[in-house]
Amino acid sequence: MTRARNVPADRGLSIRIFITGLLLVILYGGFIAVLWAIGLQFAFIIVIAAALLFAQYWFSDKIALWSMHGRLVTPEEAPELHGIVDRLCALADMPKPRVAIADTDMPNAFATGRSPKAAVVCATSGLLRRLDEAEVEAVLAHELSHVAHRDVAVMTIASTLGVAAGLTTRMMLYAGLFGGLGGRGGGRGGNNNSGGQIVLIEMAIMLVSIVVYAISFLLTRALSRYRELAADRSGAILIGRPSVLAAALVKVTGEMSRIPTRDLRKAEAFNAFFFTPALTQGKGGISISALFSTHPTLERRLAQLAELEAQLGHTA
Amino acid sequence: MGLFDTLLGRTKPVAANLDALFALPSAAVTLQTAGGLVSTGHAGLSWKPPAGQTAEDLEHEIGQLLAVNDAGSPATTTSGSSGDPALGAFTHTTDAFGFHWLLLDDPDVADLVTRVHMANTTLTEAGWGPQLLCSMFGFGPSADAAADTKSFFLVYLYKRGTFYPFAPTGKEHRDNELELRVQALLGKDLPVEPDLSRWFPLWDSPVR
Repeated sequence: MTRARNVPADRGLSIRIFITGLLLVILYGGFIAVLWAIGLQFAFIIVIAAALLFAQYWFSDKIALWSMHGRLVTPEEAPELHGIVDRLCALADMPKPRVAIADTDMPNAFATGRSPKAAVVCATSGLLRRLDEAEVEAVLAHELSHVAHRDVAVMTIASTLGVAAGLTTRMMLYAGLFGGLGGRGGGRGGNNNSGGQIVLIEMAIMLVSIVVYAISFLLTRALSRYRELAADRSGAILIGRPSVLAAALVKVTGEMSRIPTRDLRKAEAFNAFFFTPALTQGKGGISISALFSTHPTLERRLAQLAELEAQLGHTA
Repeated sequence: MGLFDTLLGRTKPVAANLDALFALPSAAVTLQTAGGLVSTGHAGLSWKPPAGQTAEDLEHEIGQLLAVNDAGSPATTTSGSSGDPALGAFTHTTDAFGFHWLLLDDPDVADLVTRVHMANTTLTEAGWGPQLLCSMFGFGPSADAAADTKSFFLVYLYKRGTFYPFAPTGKEHRDNELELRVQALLGKDLPVEPDLSRWFPLWDSPVR
């Protein structure tokens, strides 16, 4: 699964990713249900589902670059960005990923690719314009940590497991109920009576599998949030200055909320996303957006970085 | 990275490898005899300083250590000729990427390596080994060499324990032919970084 990794949680994008993810799951579920309904072999369906997930994993870098309109840049085109990535990779002793720039005014960055060797790190032009060099470096350290943690592979496997759990539930229930029904029924006599029952049973099965899908989806999201915190941590340790990453996070969030007042034409273009802040204002309890979000809240991330800063200062 | 690190999403800071540095003096001889390049006597050590006062304290400590070493050993009386005497013949500067450079000089390559190693050890012992980026040794054409070679550097990557050649020729161009020639020349003397994508350029380095 391709995950856009924005720094920090940019709500418009988060909502888009959430909807995309949900649609993907529904798509898989629906697609496989259709295949099964038209009477394909179970094994064959599994092969197709696995092939689709594998394609997503294998082409994650291309899919992400395509959807964000990112283009790969050479060291001559973007010497500063390459210089930062070069140095961070030398510090972390990891192979240098390809570097891309997306021409968007939204300050953002993401990393993708199935393995550290096939990875791409992409920053938007908005990020490069707004943040100073140290902050860009902090954001890239976060993204490189995602690469080092192999987050694309981990999240692909996690979501595969989620889909598989949902599917298996469904198959088991079908097999159990209909198998039992076939064994008991024997003749065709009871057909009129059990017609309504079958519809009910089918609906129940649907409901159970949807619940399983939903739970696995929430778990995947939670996993994603924890991995964001992990990348914050590793990135901050790599540059040795958690406060710079914290400053970059604050700056990007500040810029995000300022966009509508700053440029009306820009606001027009991003209008679709502005409904989200109103929904997430509620502070009491666990808000829905916190459960669905791929990224932890800014407060949570800043708290972690502050703690890290104190620890690093203490050991020195 | 192990499987558990991947599953738990964590990276261990990579410790610096300081040992391979001592292969440099013999390589410098090869460079002079076969490549027509001699040491300029300058070296730089690049590290990413932590926040706060720590960096200044550490660099001050390194300065004192080097000064003591200079006073104590008569073999290195020529060193300490440049820079702030209180800092013991080393100057420091910050580059555009926020990395600190400690600049050391000594006409003798072996002594230069020793000085760089002393600075390394101080930083590593204080726990900042993972923050070491590279050290860079300057070379220039010897008196009888062809005049077309300008500046040449050997860069030591702490995390890899390898060297790579870097020959900048003006603004953001490098002489790859010379670099590859040196790689072939020094293959036996030095651990040369085999992965060419890690030979990153250091355009604005303060080392001469």
